[in-house]
Amino acid sequence: MSMKDRMSGNEAVAYAIRQIDPDVMPAFPITPSTEIPQMVSTYIANGQMNTEFIPVESEHSSMSATIGAEAAGARSLTATSSCGLALMWEELLVAASDRMPCVMAVVNRTLSGPININCDHTDAMGARDTGWIQIYAENNQEAYDNFIQAYPIAEDKRVHLPVMICQDGFITSHAVENIILNEDPDVKEFVGEYDPEEYLLNPGKPIAIGPYAISSYVMEARKAQEEAMENAKTVIKEVAKRYREKFGRGYEFFEEYRTEDAEYIMIIMGSAAGTAKQAADDLREKGIKAGVLKLRVFRPFPASEIADAVKNAKAIAIMDRCESYNGHGGPLSSEVRAGLYESGSSVRALCYTYGLGGRDFTVECVYGVFDELQEMMKDNKKFKQHRYIGLRTREPEVG
Amino acid sequence: MRSDVSKINENTPYEELTEGLTMFAQGTAREFATGPWRTMTPVFDKALCKQCLLCAPVCPDGCIPVSDMKRSDFDYDHCKGCGICEKACPFKAITMVPGTDASAMS
Repeated sequence: MSMKDRMSGNEAVAYAIRQIDPDVMPAFPITPSTEIPQMVSTYIANGQMNTEFIPVESEHSSMSATIGAEAAGARSLTATSSCGLALMWEELLVAASDRMPCVMAVVNRTLSGPININCDHTDAMGARDTGWIQIYAENNQEAYDNFIQAYPIAEDKRVHLPVMICQDGFITSHAVENIILNEDPDVKEFVGEYDPEEYLLNPGKPIAIGPYAISSYVMEARKAQEEAMENAKTVIKEVAKRYREKFGRGYEFFEEYRTEDAEYIMIIMGSAAGTAKQAADDLREKGIKAGVLKLRVFRPFPASEIADAVKNAKAIAIMDRCESYNGHGGPLSSEVRAGLYESGSSVRALCYTYGLGGRDFTVECVYGVFDELQEMMKDNKKFKQHRYIGLRTREPEVG
Repeated sequence: MRSDVSKINENTPYEELTEGLTMFAQGTAREFATGPWRTMTPVFDKALCKQCLLCAPVCPDGCIPVSDMKRSDFDYDHCKGCGICEKACPFKAITMVPGTDASAMS
């Protein structure tokens, strides 16, 4: 059974947290994720869940306490955005290298500067190499569905890695949309009880977590951690399949929208994928074979799967809601193109930066991208590889 | 996951290390000699010591062994040479000398 309701993305994630009823939630408020701990603490105050809520003095502490609680043997989580995620930087790597299966709700917001509180992916993309699994949502429904899948992925013995469940700040976190909610017992059954094999508060079985390692051990530890991230690919697929069988929604690494016969494909993550899909529908009406590949899982990165999914396209556009300052595109662009090269693909690609600091991304923006892809392929023109969408400039980019 | 960590050494392949390098043992810090980090060394003069034991509880590293209400010489494998014991001693039975070696004084 399921229930229809209407909720914001933050409400949907808080609702999922109530249903999972984890053991410990340390959190510190930061826009636009503040509502999540606020709503969870209301559930706790109302006696609707049993989670121990720890109000901490910073995000450095919320992540530290999350790791401590997880190491002690408790299912733990936190939530944050932007500068909060940045302040957790050191602990993010500790959580992953100590192999803590904790979970974090990330509501994506830009980082300074200029100071701004709106959506882009600068925060989570900055944390992409910390060893966390990263799963992105297009809307409130996906944020909810992804959150319920987080612990089964993290706690799987083949993985034992922390998971970030990302949604777009304000666009998803604060917009109220229709949603289908699962029944409490179904969620409990899907997620299961946390039964760690080894943990600190385990009488008679002393362990030390996160010990100092001399140079002779560090590379071996990192390789083992990297292998766990590779294993996560298998587990993410299995969990997604099990979720779809039980609740009827979702997909593994990405959603392929009208890509089967597409000549031009846009690769995009997060809320803007909805806009891209609408634009692809509009372009199809005009006979343009447009498709959208909406990436759900950024870590582990499904490089060969993406290369395979776009292998029949004439050209693709890779969309980054973040800047890498490397002169040739954002992180998604770099990773996709590395994957294409590894797969021996020669599909042409343009890399776009869009929507920084909450800049609107409209269907007209998407039409423009597909226009440029077609223009580039007309006479196999040379085109500037890294492009900005909606940028005010004295010299508009042509070719 | 639990494994006998005494069998893990610098030749162990990565597949056989514990997850996250978790130690399935206790008190292993004792085996790591951190004493050589010190730049000052406390020297214990048994003749001046009245066994008041003010020094032992103030040592941050527990490097003053006490048994039967009597202290013995320093645990130089772990003493960092902070000098707190010298300040705590009312009888000048502890003297800090430069370097890592107590015998260097004479």
